[in-house]
Formats: sequence, C-alpha cells, structure tokens
Amino acid sequence: MAEKPIQGEKRVFMTGNEVVAWGALAAQADIMYGYPITPQNEIMHYWSRLAPKHGKKFLQTEDEISAGFTTIGGTIIGARAFTGTSGPGNTLMQEPMSMAEMYRVPAVFIIQQRGGPSTATVIYSQQEVTLTTFGGNGEGYRIVYSTATHQELFDYTIKAFNTAWKHRFPTFVLADGYQAKMREPLTIYDPEAKGIEMVPTVPTLGKEGVPGVDRPPVHMTNTRNTEEELYEVVKGLQAAYEEMWPEVEEHEAVECEDAEIIIVCHGVVTRSARVAVSQLREAGIKAGYFRPITLRPFPVEPMKQSIKGAKQLLMVESAQGQLARLVKDSIYGSTIPIEPMFRPGIGISSEEIVEKVQSLIK
Amino acid sequence: MEFDISMPKCWRRETKGHKFCPGCGHGLVLKALGLAIDELQIQDRVVFGCDIGCSLLAYDFFNVDTMQTHHGRTTPVITGIKRARPDRIGIAYMGDGGGYAIGSQHLVNAAARNERITAILVNNTVYGMTGGQMAPTTLPGMKTETSPYGREISQTGYPTQGPEMVAAITREGAYVARGTVGKLSQLKNMIKKALETQIAGTGFSFVEALSTCPTNWSTNAKDTWSFLEDEMTKYFKVGELKVPAKEE
Amino acid sequence: MAKLVKIALAGEGGQGVQSVAGILVDAAYDEGKEALYIPNFGVEQRGGVSIAFCQISDERIGAPKFEKADIVIALSDRAVRRCAQYAGPETVFLYDASITGIEDDLPGPPVKVLGIPALKVAKDELHPRVFNVVILGATIKATGVMTLDQVKKALEKKLGYKFEQNPELRELNYKALERGAELIGAVL
Repeated sequence: MAEKPIQGEKRVFMTGNEVVAWGALAAQADIMYGYPITPQNEIMHYWSRLAPKHGKKFLQTEDEISAGFTTIGGTIIGARAFTGTSGPGNTLMQEPMSMAEMYRVPAVFIIQQRGGPSTATVIYSQQEVTLTTFGGNGEGYRIVYSTATHQELFDYTIKAFNTAWKHRFPTFVLADGYQAKMREPLTIYDPEAKGIEMVPTVPTLGKEGVPGVDRPPVHMTNTRNTEEELYEVVKGLQAAYEEMWPEVEEHEAVECEDAEIIIVCHGVVTRSARVAVSQLREAGIKAGYFRPITLRPFPVEPMKQSIKGAKQLLMVESAQGQLARLVKDSIYGSTIPIEPMFRPGIGISSEEIVEKVQSLIK
Repeated sequence: MEFDISMPKCWRRETKGHKFCPGCGHGLVLKALGLAIDELQIQDRVVFGCDIGCSLLAYDFFNVDTMQTHHGRTTPVITGIKRARPDRIGIAYMGDGGGYAIGSQHLVNAAARNERITAILVNNTVYGMTGGQMAPTTLPGMKTETSPYGREISQTGYPTQGPEMVAAITREGAYVARGTVGKLSQLKNMIKKALETQIAGTGFSFVEALSTCPTNWSTNAKDTWSFLEDEMTKYFKVGELKVPAKEE
Repeated sequence: MAKLVKIALAGEGGQGVQSVAGILVDAAYDEGKEALYIPNFGVEQRGGVSIAFCQISDERIGAPKFEKADIVIALSDRAVRRCAQYAGPETVFLYDASITGIEDDLPGPPVKVLGIPALKVAKDELHPRVFNVVILGATIKATGVMTLDQVKKALEKKLGYKFEQNPELRELNYKALERGAELIGAVL
C-alpha cells in the first residue's frame, strides 16, 4: 500500500482543476480517462503528474465519447474511475452518460461549464445545467452536485465517488470555468482523518471464478424487445432513484426564515448571493438565499419550506433560465412571484444582485 | 447429445439455439471464438463486449462475463476495462458498421495506441439489424436498402478494407488478419493467435471475419455461400496481414 | 484590514502581469489572508491583453470577478483601454507613464488617475527584466494590504533558488520592489 497522498489535513492555495485532481487522489480514485477541452484541461494535467507517483493511471482518449465509455469500462470492472469535460465535450459525453444511467454504472464526471451554444467561450457559464441534469435519451437518473467554492470542489469530488458507489447512479460534480481557473485557499485532507470512509468498489464484470461453473455469468444488456419490458426497467430505475432521493438531496438556505425576498441561485453565483444578502441585511432589507447543492435530485421539499414566507423570488443564474426550469417544476403551485435575472454566459457580481433587489423593493 | 458435443465448452447451453437468423455467419464466428477460448483455457479471464447491431445478440452467448454496449462503443468500453484491469482478457466484438463507420475513430485510435485488446469484426457487407442498409463494406454495385440501384463508387467510395487499414497503423507486435466463416478452422486459429497476442502483451490484435447475411442479401443457401466464397473474397483477401515476431 | 481590496492588473503578454498577480496572492495567502486570483483566459490569451483579477481580504471572498476595482494597474495602451471599464468613483487607476496616445482613453474624474515611471526606473536604474517587480512594489504600496517584507518572503519562495545562485539578483529584486513602492509614495 502506497503512502497516503495527503497526511491528515493541509491548507493549500490552488486552482480548482488542481483541487479536483487532489480530491480524486484523496478519494483513492484508480484511473482517469479524459480528452482535452478548456477549461477542464488542468484536471488531466495535475492528475497525469500525480497519478504515477501514487500507483494510479491515466488514459488520454481519442474524444469525449471514448473518454466516457472507457470510464464506464473501468468502473464496471471495479475501478474507482472518473473523467472530466466541458461544453461540446459534455454534449458528446451524453451518450456514455446515458448508458451509465441504464446500467447504473457508478462513474464520476467532473463538468467545468463554459459558454454555449456550440464553441462559444472557454471561460465560464452555467449553461450546462439542463445538459448535465437531463441530457441523454432518458429520464435523468443522475446525481449532480453544484459547487461554489474550492473547499466544496474538494469535498464533493470525494463525496461524488461515495455517492456513486453507494447508490450506483452516475454522479457529477458541476463547476465552471471560474472555479476551474481561479486560485483560492482551502483545506485538503485525507478523508479517513475526517472520519469519511470510502465506499468500497466492486466489479460487476470479471469477478473471481469460472462463469457458468463456479458462478453464473454476468450478461449485461440494455436492449429491450417490448414497450412493456422497458417500462418495467424504467419504473425500476425510477423507484431506486426516488428511494435514494431524500438521502442524497442537499441544499443551503441562508437567512430565509424571515426573508421577504429570496435569491435563488446555484454554484459559483452563490458566492455573489452570499455577499449581496449580507449587504442587503446591513441595509435593513430582509433578503436571503436558497441554493440547491444537488441539482439532481432537486431538494424539492426543503425549497418549498424555505420560501414559504417570501414575497418574492429572484432567480439569478448565468444562463437563460436553466436553473429556473428546475425550480419552477419543483415548486409548482407556489404563487410567489419570480423575478428573473438571467445572464447567459457571463459572471454575476454581488453589486448587480444588490442593485436588482433594491430596484425590486422600491 | 451428439450435437451438444460439437459446441465449445464456454458456450452457454441455456441460451442455445441462438438468436441469429438462419444462415447467419455470427454463430460460426462465435464458434471459432469459443473454441479459441477453450483451447487457451481463459474462460475465467475473458471479458466480452458486444456492439449494437446483430452482434448484440451475442450478449448471453457465452459462459463469460459480457457487456453489450452502444453502436461503435465496444472498443472504448473494452479499452477502459483493460486499462483498469490488465489481467483480464478484453474482447470487443462488432460488425462492420460499428467498427468501420460509427466507431471507426475508436478502432483507429485503439490500434494506434496499441491497446492490448482483441477486436473481432464481422464483415457481412450490410447493416443487418437495422434492415439491410449500405455498409462501409458493401461491394461495388451491390444493392442494399440505401443503395437500391447498386453501390455507386463515384458517389460513395470504395468498400473499407479494415485489416489493411489496421495493419498500416499498428506497429510490430500487433496481430492483424482477415478470416472467413467459410474456413472455420483457419478463422479459429487467427482468433487464437489474436488472443495470444493480447496475453503476450505485444500489441493490438484484430481479426475481421467475412460472414454471411442471407436475410438481407435475399439469397438462398447456395447463393449465400457463393457470394461469400467467390464475390467477397475477390475484394477482401483472406490471410494474415501482421504477425508478431516469434520470440527466440 | 477588514476591507476587501480588489485589484485588476493588465498588460501585454510577456510583461509578467500574471506572475506579479501570483506572487501578490501567494504573499497574502502566506499571511493567512483570504485571497482569490483569476486570470482572464480564453481565445484572447493568445496575443491579447492579459488581465489578472485579484482580491485580498480578511473574510470570505465573493464572486471571482468584479465590476469595479479598487486599484487598476495598466501597463500598455491596450490595457489602459481595456481596463477603463473597471474604474469607478473609488478607483485608483495607475498606468505606466511611458505609454503614449492614451490621453483620451484614461478614465476621467472622480477616478484618481496616476502615471508612474515604472518602466523608466526599471530601465535606467535597475534592469528591464525587473519591470514587473517594480510594478509589484507599486501595487503593494497602493493597496496597503501587505508590507514589503511579507512580499519579499513570497519572492524568496518563488525565486529563492535563483537568488542562491546569484545573490545580486536578490538585491536587484528587493531594490525593484522598494523603488516601485517609492513611486507610489511620490504620487499618492
């Protein structure tokens, strides 16, 4: 057994992509498969430097389709495997992601959102929410964590492996180009030192023994001949998804109890909302924010509870209403007016949010 | 029980008779593969991947752990498995559409990277499962559902010569061959050599198997066999294209 | 210092803007402060203006980019034009005094606009290569977030191995840092 990559805990100052590589290392990931695309590249850069020193592996594939399918191959044979991508790469990777849903492959995907549609920018956006939560031909049987800080990026990279292997749904850490490229301090740690136990991995294929002699062979097919057969399969997936939902869903509600106006946001925009709420409170305005941490499964009940006293919701996102669609679906029946603040592909500052709230309460 | 004796040991009896059409060559390719697995005694180490297309019907064919993947994606799945667990023997089983069209980038790059896996590609000159469309391997002038007046070379190019391509992009240590279900013992030996190449770890291994599709060719038994033996072999030369040097 | 300081550093590729930013936030981090640094990146990074957005604070930092900076430091004509958008009423806008043809592009009052002869000082008194260290000294002084000694420690960390080989280099860098600070002292 190689020496642990991180002893105890350690304060560091690094970029988000480096944080992901360290997070995966701390989580005892065995192998990363990946294809270059900005702003995700440095995950591979750091991983491919760290990996051989710790007995880990890396494969650069021919495209994101292959990166996704090789990750599935690695996972299905029992390795703690992951990949990372962004933008058009995320689009291509929907095909393997959809297979991971059907076969319940606990693969881990890191998404660093960039601008869209198409090539757009390599910088930043929150425009991959719909794609990451519900992409693929199916029902979105995935777990998607949206992070806001480098600390969370580290925490949730570790957690993603555990959630995936415990519940056996493909699990995503959804960040963005800002988080990928910026540097800020955080504490990295050995999960064990924090009492976090890594969920053990088990091979689906390639277990010990001669198939058909010592044990039945494992025959995986995702092809169904009749509508009824498929219906049963999907209903089974749905039931399993609903069962893990309450255990997995996460949110953050800040100053919502007495808030008249609640900012609804996710990911890196939460940072601006946090500053805005504290400034608005100082100015005597009763503001709060609600933020889903899991975009899938969405924290429906916590959100309904958090907003029930509010007079107004302000939806803030760096996309044209992708989070808003998830929210509206979740709070169906609520009559609280929703004010949109959609800024597709562009960063949102706390100043802008403060200004917007002030204009709303006038 | 006499028929049963002729079945390879690693075949799964419970799933026979198989699901392929009458006259289909898949069963023969899978017999050659089964015999090779038996002779090498690797049933416990093989992980078998099958593509979409008729090859998917092989998902429960063997007493071997098997994963049916997506169209063209068996090569990367098996690559991922092999990279994570090099002690397993990875076999990617696909048709001509999966290997030469939708998954060609995977085949080319797996070969270029010298992935230590074995790809077995069944060439029957048509898309079978989807109903007889033109394949990369459809012969010049051949009628299919999407070349109803015959494959027009000036518009659609020449049939893909897969083993020739793979041989061109692999290095010493790889194994590349084209066999045919018309010569089953030779095909079995090719597949066996391919698997031995993987076990030795010298390089990528690839076998194309010329095969039959009477359903989509609309041929009787005699014409099926003559198309395979006379027409296909004119264009697709049977033989070994690359063999690893014997260690002294 | 409870206050958050927002700094936008901009220049041409090769002027060392990103390495100045790196040392600046490293020094802040080493002092136990919260620091956040994000480079502009994108297609523009090839042959475009290079900008570093830095924030230093005693408390948790919000969004990685900001609307208006407390300090803007622009080192080329294009950087001046590009960074005018980050100047607000509270901003100190510094530019190198050798830049010409930007008179109409500089932000007007109430922005405090100051030209400093950093390039001239580096060339005439020190060495052209320490131009970015002069800028670092000026930035430290202008923001008041750290002492020069704290930044010297960060410099030592980054360039210590070079200083070991050539102690004169250390002197040169320290001198550049101090001269940069003096330039600000003279105008602010």
